[in-house]
Amino acid sequence: MSDRKNNAIFLDNASTTAMRMETLEAMEPYFLEDYGNPSSIHSMGRTPRDACQRARKTISYIINAEPEEIFFTSGGTESDNWAITSVARKAGKEKNIVVSKIEHHAILETADALEKEGFRIRRVGVDADGLVDLEELKTLVDEDTALVSVMTANNEIGTIQPLKEISEIAHAKGALFHTDAVQAMCHIPIDVREMGIDMLSASGHKFGAPKGIGFLFVRKGVRLDPFMRGGAQEEGRRAGTTNVPGIVGMGKAAELESAGMARKMKEISEMRDHAIERIEKEIPYAKLNGHRERRLPGNVNFSFRFVEGESLLMMLNAAGICVSTGSACASGSLDPSHVLLAIGLPHEIAHGSIRMSLSERNTMEEIDKAVDVLKSSIERLRSMSPLYEDYVKKEKCQRCHTTEYTAIR
Amino acid sequence: MSYDGVYSDKVMDHFMNPRNVGEIEGASGVGTVGNAKCGDIMRIYLDIDDDGIIRDCKFKTFGCGAAVASSSMATEMVKGKSIQEAMQVTNKAVMEALDGLPQVKIHCSLLAEEAIHAALWDYCEKHNVTIEGLKRPKNDIND
Repeated sequence: MSDRKNNAIFLDNASTTAMRMETLEAMEPYFLEDYGNPSSIHSMGRTPRDACQRARKTISYIINAEPEEIFFTSGGTESDNWAITSVARKAGKEKNIVVSKIEHHAILETADALEKEGFRIRRVGVDADGLVDLEELKTLVDEDTALVSVMTANNEIGTIQPLKEISEIAHAKGALFHTDAVQAMCHIPIDVREMGIDMLSASGHKFGAPKGIGFLFVRKGVRLDPFMRGGAQEEGRRAGTTNVPGIVGMGKAAELESAGMARKMKEISEMRDHAIERIEKEIPYAKLNGHRERRLPGNVNFSFRFVEGESLLMMLNAAGICVSTGSACASGSLDPSHVLLAIGLPHEIAHGSIRMSLSERNTMEEIDKAVDVLKSSIERLRSMSPLYEDYVKKEKCQRCHTTEYTAIR
Repeated sequence: MSYDGVYSDKVMDHFMNPRNVGEIEGASGVGTVGNAKCGDIMRIYLDIDDDGIIRDCKFKTFGCGAAVASSSMATEMVKGKSIQEAMQVTNKAVMEALDGLPQVKIHCSLLAEEAIHAALWDYCEKHNVTIEGLKRPKNDIND
């Protein structure tokens, strides 16, 4: 297995991304030379402190925020937990929180836990493309709504939400608006001012930074109690020794990734569209999941009827192609992905879903190979699927009935 | 959850090179178990001769790697056996023959046992015979 790992065609960039050598090099001194604690008053604290401030500035600039509005965390999950939990506790159990049904589990399970404690949670649905139902949202958000949380772009199906419209609905009733931008940060343009975002979660390793670092943007004027306690770091709002190499790495990655974003988006979406076009043309009974246009540049998500996702994933893996699936069989539960169910897919079709998430490290040749293998794997799995057998027999039967009918006429 | 390295070599072998895939025209018994909603459907075809020996056995499966491997292994284990011997092919036996399955996949081997039983039940109904210890399949596809 290990000998082919380097040759793997990695089409799972929504799960994590590779770091660039420049990012690693930027981090290195903070492990070996300037390893001081930025909270220290002595001279060894100075250089790491300055480095963290530079990263804060870079990141804030990319989303049109102020450096003081960026709070470093351990990643997207912590940022989501922090935002939802702290707003809920401050607002109290008389208020309500509105989340979409296709949020990441970091939001949904936090909301479920709060609900068990007696907090009021409302869940807004999405349409068949995964776009939040704005009319339903308007009926759910009221004067007692403390927070609306809707992700910027979905991790599974790639649908990009109309954040500005959503924040306007929230603000019209005096609610705060939080967005989980884990899949969007450094992949599509984000402007917190223009989009009316009060809080935004992001995770470094989704855009070329190391794992274990992320941030929460908190708009000036939003009072958010700390989630992690026990130190005065991050202006007393997020305790814990500062992850200097991580922060420096995230700053560097953000700088590198945002620099050529428009070009990158174009290149990646060309590969995405090529994959979608070939799959739709060459593989029967395939359904594209997510919105066709309002879609992350690197997201390709399909459901293939009569096949099950985990076995498809295993066949691709055997050919050195790394993808992910929304099938229950890969999660250890009986239900397939909540996102696929929320867009209205029946269970048996949701089980046959595969996500390919591309990055600029991928090439057209890799995409073509992946589609070729996908095609042959699906053919093979269908040839051994009782569902396909039944379907084909039924079709044949219907066809012969039609022939008879025509003959009689 | 990751399965790379979690499945045994035997499971991987039976998944990548499944034995006895296909249908048997005019089979003595056919059993289909599982539920598409849960993501697993297994169908087993048996060709049983007048002496009660399983001459041939084929399968079709919609499901995960463990489900495919369990069906493949189960067909190998009943082929050439008597009906009574086939009744001994339990989920535990299938699992052991595969050198084990991850905890969350144990139900796949149970499905294989149930598919064999369902096919035998179909054979009994078609041929008006009874097999000691065989119960009506509960996990029917239409349930």
